[in-house]
Amino acid sequence: MTAFFFYIFATITVASAVMVVASRNPVQSVLFLILAFVNAAGLFVLLHAEFLAMILVVVYVGAVAVLFLFVVMMLDVDFAELRQGFQQYLPVGGLIGLIFLVEILLVVSTWAVSPEALRVPIAANPPAEAVTNTEAIGRVLYTRYSYFFQAAGLILLVAMIGAIVLTLRERVGVRRQDIARQVARTPEEAVQLHKVPSRQGLGEVTR
Amino acid sequence: MSVTDILLTVLLIALKSVVLLVALLVFIAFALYADRKIWAAVQLRRGPNVVGPFGLLQSFADLTKFFFKEPVIPASANKGIFLLAPLVFATISLAAWAVIPLNAGWAIADINVGILYLFAVSSLGVYGVIMGGWASNSKYPFLGALRSTAQMVSYEVSIGFVIITVLMCAGSLNLTRIVEAQNTSLGIFGWYWLWLFPMFVVFFISAMAETNRPPFDLPEAESELVAGYMVEYSSTPFLMFMLGEYVAIMTMCALGTILFLGGWLSPIPFPPFTWIPGVIWFVLKASFLFFLIAMVKAFVPRYRYDQLMRLGWKVFLPLSLVMVVVVAGVLKLTDLAPRSPVVPEPVATRGVEQ
Repeated sequence: MTAFFFYIFATITVASAVMVVASRNPVQSVLFLILAFVNAAGLFVLLHAEFLAMILVVVYVGAVAVLFLFVVMMLDVDFAELRQGFQQYLPVGGLIGLIFLVEILLVVSTWAVSPEALRVPIAANPPAEAVTNTEAIGRVLYTRYSYFFQAAGLILLVAMIGAIVLTLRERVGVRRQDIARQVARTPEEAVQLHKVPSRQGLGEVTR
Repeated sequence: MSVTDILLTVLLIALKSVVLLVALLVFIAFALYADRKIWAAVQLRRGPNVVGPFGLLQSFADLTKFFFKEPVIPASANKGIFLLAPLVFATISLAAWAVIPLNAGWAIADINVGILYLFAVSSLGVYGVIMGGWASNSKYPFLGALRSTAQMVSYEVSIGFVIITVLMCAGSLNLTRIVEAQNTSLGIFGWYWLWLFPMFVVFFISAMAETNRPPFDLPEAESELVAGYMVEYSSTPFLMFMLGEYVAIMTMCALGTILFLGGWLSPIPFPPFTWIPGVIWFVLKASFLFFLIAMVKAFVPRYRYDQLMRLGWKVFLPLSLVMVVVVAGVLKLTDLAPRSPVVPEPVATRGVEQ
């Protein structure tokens, strides 16, 4: 049963990953990317890593890919023109792909566990049946790896502040709505009562 | 497991799903009717009152009408994605109901990360909208889709923090456990709506923004965008969008019921009230939330887009962040934090010199 679902998810993941590259339309590429993400989440579920699966869907599919799609849709790209350089770049792209493939094969074929690693104490693992995997991740993340966790948070914070600084520009002369000021207004300061003399008008009203 | 066992399991799950689906869709048909009636009553109109007694069958008449109309596909639309979008939207909205426990042990899939699943699935609804808006290849739908994307992504953040505060109090991501954590001798006053009242308000408003309900229905604001991302849709594809939207609203009502209104628990925790089946309480509570949402639609004028964004990012996000810190601090100081189940001593699998 598991094997059956594994092959379904794996096939769709790989096929949609190929389609991300092969698709003619960038929007379709992003949609295939999303399909790949969702199926990768399915693979996580098969590994009993539900938490990671859901986080993958929430973060990548629910937020990151939406922004991808957002940007790609707004680009006004001539797709036919974009495709013209394909033949030209194919050898370079193929070469890079080949290098990666060889590297991965080299790494995998020479994979060995260091004898030292066996003697390094690892984080205390409760038996898999006793805790849910969400709890298991929490136990490791917030104890043994808490510094790395905080460092990752800090890096994200820096990136966020950087993005805000890069895009923030204060335009002068723009009328903005200041809700606090609007709410704080009282009839005393906002309303003036004038007795208008007949046939003379009010003249200039000063506030 | 033998092949027959697997087939039986699959068949059973399919049967449960079909029963839930039918019940849900019939309920939504009447919820739609109720929505229109409430709206009409607030405006001193009669509302639908022609089809069936008191107009009760109006939704079914509308359904038939949608089915028999001609689906029009614009010539310049991206046909595949155009037709896929409503399907994706409706399917994803319905998929959320797989984990919702209508009663103790009634969830089709009682998974450990139920709340995360709901959160994930509700955030996927945006794809139907954005695909539909883009594939229509027309300006109003596209603007509607862009608005909707920004809106849904913004309000997801505050909903996420609301969920986190509830999780801290309940100590589990399992929806059944979250409901059981609210099962105290205090009855209705032991549920989280009282203890986490600010978060309940934030959740309620964010839920409306997340499902594009008025006053946050900017993606389909009639006065500006005709009908937003649904402009080019007609007939059954439109019906799918509409259905998906109402299912998403019901999902949010169910989620609010589970997180804040004690799910299937009886508000008065002693007989004869506890004899009433839990599913009835659940439906009543979800209907109550839906009633509130329908009332808001009738009362509140539509927000301006920048006001909406301000509310999401400058009011709800800081508020919910502060609440997360406050709730965590209170739970820690008063020692009320839920204890995790006793875990046997860690087994050292490696690292011991033999």
